[in-house]
Amino acid sequence: MKTNFSFRRQRGFFSLPNDNIVKTIGVATLLCLLCSVIVSGAATLLKPKQVANKLLDKKSNILSVAGISDDTKSIDELFTQIEARIVDMKTGEFTDAVDATNFDQRKAANDAQYRVPLSKQQDLASVGAISKYGNVYLVRDGADVSKIILPISGYGLWSTMYGFLALENDGRTVSSITFYEHGETPGLGAEIENKKWQASWNGKQITDDSGVPVLRLVKGGIDLSAAGSEYKVDGLAGATLTSNGVSNLIQFWMGDDAFGPYLERVRSGKTQANIQVKTSTSNNGEKS
Amino acid sequence: MDLLSLAVKSIFIENLALSFFFGMCTFLAVSKKIETAFGLGCAVFVVLAITVPINNLIYQNLLQEGALAWAGLPDVDLSFLGLISYIGVIAALVQILEMFLDRFVPALYSALGIFLPLITVNCAILGASLFMVERDYTFTESVVYGAGSGVGWALAICALAGIREKLKYSDVPDGLEGLGITFITVGLMALGFLAFSGIQL
Amino acid sequence: MSSEAKKALFEPLVANNPIALQILGICSALAVTTQLSVALIMCLALTSVTAFSNLSISLVRNHVPSSIRIIVQMTIIASLVIVVDQILKAYAYEVSKQLAVFVGLIITNCIVMGRAEAYAMKNGPWNSFLDGIGNGLGYSVILIVVGTVRELFGSGSLLGYQILTPVSEGGWYVPNGLMLLAPSAFIIIGLTIWAIRSFYPEQVEKPDFEMQNAHNTSAHGSTGGAH
Repeated sequence: MKTNFSFRRQRGFFSLPNDNIVKTIGVATLLCLLCSVIVSGAATLLKPKQVANKLLDKKSNILSVAGISDDTKSIDELFTQIEARIVDMKTGEFTDAVDATNFDQRKAANDAQYRVPLSKQQDLASVGAISKYGNVYLVRDGADVSKIILPISGYGLWSTMYGFLALENDGRTVSSITFYEHGETPGLGAEIENKKWQASWNGKQITDDSGVPVLRLVKGGIDLSAAGSEYKVDGLAGATLTSNGVSNLIQFWMGDDAFGPYLERVRSGKTQANIQVKTSTSNNGEKS
Repeated sequence: MDLLSLAVKSIFIENLALSFFFGMCTFLAVSKKIETAFGLGCAVFVVLAITVPINNLIYQNLLQEGALAWAGLPDVDLSFLGLISYIGVIAALVQILEMFLDRFVPALYSALGIFLPLITVNCAILGASLFMVERDYTFTESVVYGAGSGVGWALAICALAGIREKLKYSDVPDGLEGLGITFITVGLMALGFLAFSGIQL
Repeated sequence: MSSEAKKALFEPLVANNPIALQILGICSALAVTTQLSVALIMCLALTSVTAFSNLSISLVRNHVPSSIRIIVQMTIIASLVIVVDQILKAYAYEVSKQLAVFVGLIITNCIVMGRAEAYAMKNGPWNSFLDGIGNGLGYSVILIVVGTVRELFGSGSLLGYQILTPVSEGGWYVPNGLMLLAPSAFIIIGLTIWAIRSFYPEQVEKPDFEMQNAHNTSAHGSTGGAH
């Protein structure tokens, strides 16, 4: 450690008795200086790498829910197939009000500038507040949009679960779902990470014909041949509260207070990803 | 979040000792007698109830990204200094509390005195501050959370001390005697506390 | 290597294990052992913090006024932990997410503080460094044992490789969910202590008082003096 060096330089100071007040203050100051140099040095030097890691992690989560993987290409290369957009939650229209690549709806929900508090009746997913603008990721297949990826979150058993839901371009069929951050009970609720269970979401319908979100997790298995099975996902064994949490977060994020208006526009064909922001006045939010 | 449900959550459901295993070293070492366990529990409660809100203020006004905007430095993110600031606050506060009690409430000091220095290195204290930051509690919430966690920890250590006092009369196999059986007892207690999971008010 | 150095390095492994015998540093041991890989990174982080904190505290030990001794140790340890935390976030992002607050809690891990106070303040830098490594490894031994048992029986894998194929994947093994819950860690550590003490009978704690002939006569009458 570097302290040796200062010993030699300041022999006189260090030969003072240990309980001398000058020495006490001196040692404390030297130590603080040294530690602060080491700590802030490490933090500053490693910061760019940490920021890059965070971004890469988010991108790889989005890519995995989009079902895009290719070992020969880097994550950044693959991510060029995905277009980040911002949606105004109330109108459901695309907006350029904020920068789509840097905006984070999770962070913005705590930012006074974007925060929209939710009432108890609205707040099905127990998230407290959401951001005025939402992140939407569109998977491009040539000129067309093949999938729509929406960030979702909601309270499970122990804490808030964060994930992504990928929908087909009809705005109601589930393509896949992932959870990338949660604190559910290992072995029970944490099965939301189970790939097999996640795969059972494929092809389910989020909303009924009138556009109301009806997809739910149900206990005790699903008869796939029965009518209405496209609105039901098999719940997690032994994790009723986690399953309820997942049902609630789907109801909330696909409902009128969150991405509902946007999805309604997608379903009615009013919003195609390749159409730029328009000043259309079809406002179908605020049903509650 | 409703403050009452936060209090219940921090005392029972997310009990620092039995759900997150914070402060285990002291939890196991100082739980042979109910009196001493109760003394330590009180000390932990006091320190938690004070340090969590103070650390909350420090985080929100100095360390958080953008928190230094009032000083003309809106882009500075000092959150990496969190760990050292929180532990500094805890160490300083424990020291001040010790001197204050010694001077003004000598009776309480002699009861708690020996436990106070132990508390600086009790993970429950630092852990609660770290959770407070991770969960973005507001100031009021952090007061409730700090106090609630303290009550929960005190409750857990008193319960364990009660069990251990009875355990002394049991015939435990050699080798399992003492620490071994205590670990297993705590394991069973923690299993019991799992039953609180998912309770919502 | 001198005998003192050898003792500093090897004794904490089993014979004087910090977790099993000195009840130090248990908190993190329980929370990070559901997966062996996470436990290994935690061991590495703790061992390096203990070693370097012992080294640097031993270097400055003759110049630290006793009135600010604890806070000096605390500052050095906290700085080292921040550096480790930053390095993990930069080079092992996945693991650092799983470790979350537990890297920070190394600061209050009693092993680090305990060794600084008990060993590094009295011994030279080299021996202190070895003592730090030894105690870090002693902690690692317990963590690896607990991590192996929990991951193998809880999810049927080791270091992420499937060993016992669980029923949900078409195999025969029904994962023991309890192993993934924290209480199991206590019970495993309790049993490990039992095993260690069976090999080192001198570590067995003396009961607070003897129950003479408890089995022959009425067991309840002969107590007293508990408080």
